Amino acid sequence: MGHTAARLELEIPSEIEQIEGVVLQVIRRCEEAAFSARHLSFTVPVALTEALSNAILRGNGEDASKSVRIRVLVDAQLLVLEVEDDGTGFDLDACTSDPTTPGNLEREDGRGLFLMRRLMDRVEQFRGSGNVVRLTLRHRSSDGRAA
Amino acid sequence: MSFTVKKHGDVTILEVEGTLIVGNRQELKQKVIEELETGTRKVLVDFDKTTYIDSSGLGVLVSLAKKIREMGGDLRLANLNEDLQTLFELTKLDTLFQISESRDRALESF
Repeated sequence: MGHTAARLELEIPSEIEQIEGVVLQVIRRCEEAAFSARHLSFTVPVALTEALSNAILRGNGEDASKSVRIRVLVDAQLLVLEVEDDGTGFDLDACTSDPTTPGNLEREDGRGLFLMRRLMDRVEQFRGSGNVVRLTLRHRSSDGRAA
Repeated sequence: MSFTVKKHGDVTILEVEGTLIVGNRQELKQKVIEELETGTRKVLVDFDKTTYIDSSGLGVLVSLAKKIREMGGDLRLANLNEDLQTLFELTKLDTLFQISESRDRALESF
């Protein structure tokens, strides 16, 4: 794809069964942009699954009448993923706990935001027309090497 | 994605093919609970054919490990690829589970 940015916009009902299909479509775009094997098989699928899962389950309360909007931008260096739900939003810092502490290690939940923030270069949350989580990953450095 | 249940002596082996994520974690949980109800106490989850796991998948493994331990049993894991190994290290779950590099090693460890 050279240095041309690729864009993808999707809208899905709030159903967890939709997640894998979205991930596959995004990974296809990332393959075209020659992402590293690790980004294709691990970093992007896990972080995007977490963002979609949060939007569907928490943001929209798994109400299939509400939609989740996904916007993807892939250019020569960056991947930017935006996942928007109809929820009221949340405080990213307040909601991110450390699941690796002894007291949290055996908790069933509480790893989603932590993983997004560890796997992506930047995670932001803001209000658009709904609640938006934006994930940014630098997949290549400015000299073209895989990050 | 699918789960296959196999037996090796008194160990029940669950093969996870594809993903273990929010959309199918309950299916895995249900299969393990069914096995526990038949008397199984040694459970091995084999990730040889697994692509990726999300936080919900990790959560269900933590929950099952606790349940099995309370019943006097043991849940062990095998065949994590490099990505999955990283996931367990990032979350420090590699310190909670006994993880073997192969199914044979895991079976020997019970």
